[in-house]
Amino acid sequence: MDRRAMKKIFFSNKMTVICAVLLLLVILASLLAPLSPYDPDAVNVAERLQGMSGRHILGTDDLGRDTFTRALYGGRVSLLVGSAAMCVAVLAGTFIGTVSGYSGGRIDMVCMRIVDIFLSVPSLLFIIVVYAFMPRNIMTLVLMLASFSWTKVARVVRAQTLSLKERDFVTAAKALGVSRGRIIWRHIIPNLMPQVIVAASLSIANAILDESALSFLGYGVQLPMASWGSMLQSAQQYILHNPILAVVPGTMILITVLCFNVMGDMLQQILDPKLVK
Amino acid sequence: MSQILQVENLSVQFHTYTGTIQAVRDISFGIRENKVTAIVGESGCGKSVTSKAVMGLIQKPGVISKESKIFFKGEDILGYTEKQWEDYRGQKCSIVFQDALTALNPTMDIGRQITEKIRVHRRVNRQEAWQEGIRMLEQVGIPGAAMRMRQYPHEFSGGMRQRVMIAIALTLHPQLLIADEPTTALDVTIQADILDMMKEIQREQGMTIILITHDLGIVANFAQDIIVMYAGKVVEKGSAEDIFYHPAHPYTEALLRAVPRLDISGGQLETIEGAPPNMADPPAGCPFADRCKKKRPVCGTGFPGEAEIAEGHQVCCWLYMDDGGGSGDGR
Repeated sequence: MDRRAMKKIFFSNKMTVICAVLLLLVILASLLAPLSPYDPDAVNVAERLQGMSGRHILGTDDLGRDTFTRALYGGRVSLLVGSAAMCVAVLAGTFIGTVSGYSGGRIDMVCMRIVDIFLSVPSLLFIIVVYAFMPRNIMTLVLMLASFSWTKVARVVRAQTLSLKERDFVTAAKALGVSRGRIIWRHIIPNLMPQVIVAASLSIANAILDESALSFLGYGVQLPMASWGSMLQSAQQYILHNPILAVVPGTMILITVLCFNVMGDMLQQILDPKLVK
Repeated sequence: MSQILQVENLSVQFHTYTGTIQAVRDISFGIRENKVTAIVGESGCGKSVTSKAVMGLIQKPGVISKESKIFFKGEDILGYTEKQWEDYRGQKCSIVFQDALTALNPTMDIGRQITEKIRVHRRVNRQEAWQEGIRMLEQVGIPGAAMRMRQYPHEFSGGMRQRVMIAIALTLHPQLLIADEPTTALDVTIQADILDMMKEIQREQGMTIILITHDLGIVANFAQDIIVMYAGKVVEKGSAEDIFYHPAHPYTEALLRAVPRLDISGGQLETIEGAPPNMADPPAGCPFADRCKKKRPVCGTGFPGEAEIAEGHQVCCWLYMDDGGGSGDGR
């Protein structure tokens, strides 16, 4: 399928266009967060728990911090953690998946059993336990999230590699004297791109969700740094008097995760020529 | 004439859940240098497996038996390490596959696929490799080669794709080219064009070609030597004249009778009754016996040895064995 046809399918579907626009808005707003006149972490008790007003469009929280500004900074953290975890997961998953699928035999067996082990561990609980022994920073968070999401990428990639390596062009490359590493890099991985892109967009959504859950439980991003999860947590006590505090981060999580998921599904349809309406 | 390739006692088996398929059973033959040798036989007789064995491309569940030897210019290639294989494949020996669309990578443009081979084997820069790629495309008769280098396989027609495959195979001037049914997926006019082109290049560069096909029409004006295979065995080998004018094995005779002819009008096309044996459980005797019109009791007892009925013309048939009792209708 050529680029023009893909564009046509992409724009013919209203859902994808809406999701793409919303995602772009969230990303842009997060990037432009420093333009806000307020410091997201500065405490101003005189203005605590205010409702929506001209001064604070979405009000302030229990320490007098501007909710809108904090939501934007929280988006930075969530998107950063989500995409970083996705990158690590996709790189590791693609590497292990292709090597495992292409080599077959014992290497494949060992790799897939390791994947099974990771998949059988309840990830959130495990991360919380490990977190007790690790420095609590974003780096650790990203690595922890990635260490559980690479398995899904690896499985998809391995399955596709198994079918690709039997294709004639791989045999042909072998017959030209191309080495194993080069075959994986030049012939297998480019043909995996559709599957990897879909897996990536789904894994970014999962990472954002997990990050929010961890921050909500107090194990993710550490206070006073804003994150959608930690904002939800501190909004808990005021949910009856000042529901906007919970609604704002909740909606942001909902929109972002939903959009990434819908995009993933749509990409799957666009990139898979066999799925025709 | 020296032999570039000698295959001795080659056996290839595939271990599957339904049993062990004996695709190639203890075959021996030699390929003369700078000649075109055709390996003919019907589907499933082991032609492609033989060619893959020569390229070292037999993969699990396929196994080459220990007694097998393949000598390329006197070197036993079955003892090669992976590194030696990579050096041998493509540079000394190349292969053209049957279906060019599946044998080309859909995500790489043609230029990258040709230059990949050059850059894997030679230390040359991108520009030089690119120029060489354009030269190769021109050699196989692709117009606008410089522009075509940037295009992807799906932008080529079937015949053009096969030309690209041949161009890639010929890059770096391998001494031996294996063409595994190179024209089966093409229509007849394109077939003729491509064969003419291959013939010309073979003559100019003095290359050895192994042509694998089931189409005797192609073989007749292309090959100098012919090897006839049936059910994983070589049943007859000899020069093209020997095979076409003095076929000795009943199977070869039957094959030749089954070729449609323009000079004989009317009547039904002859066929060979029956089907080849199941290779998971090949018969102990001559595998062709069940379909053979000249079958005799001795045919079921074992596979006949090789009889030389003329210089360079060997046949494996009980008709020519002394203990088979028949004089046959050979020369």
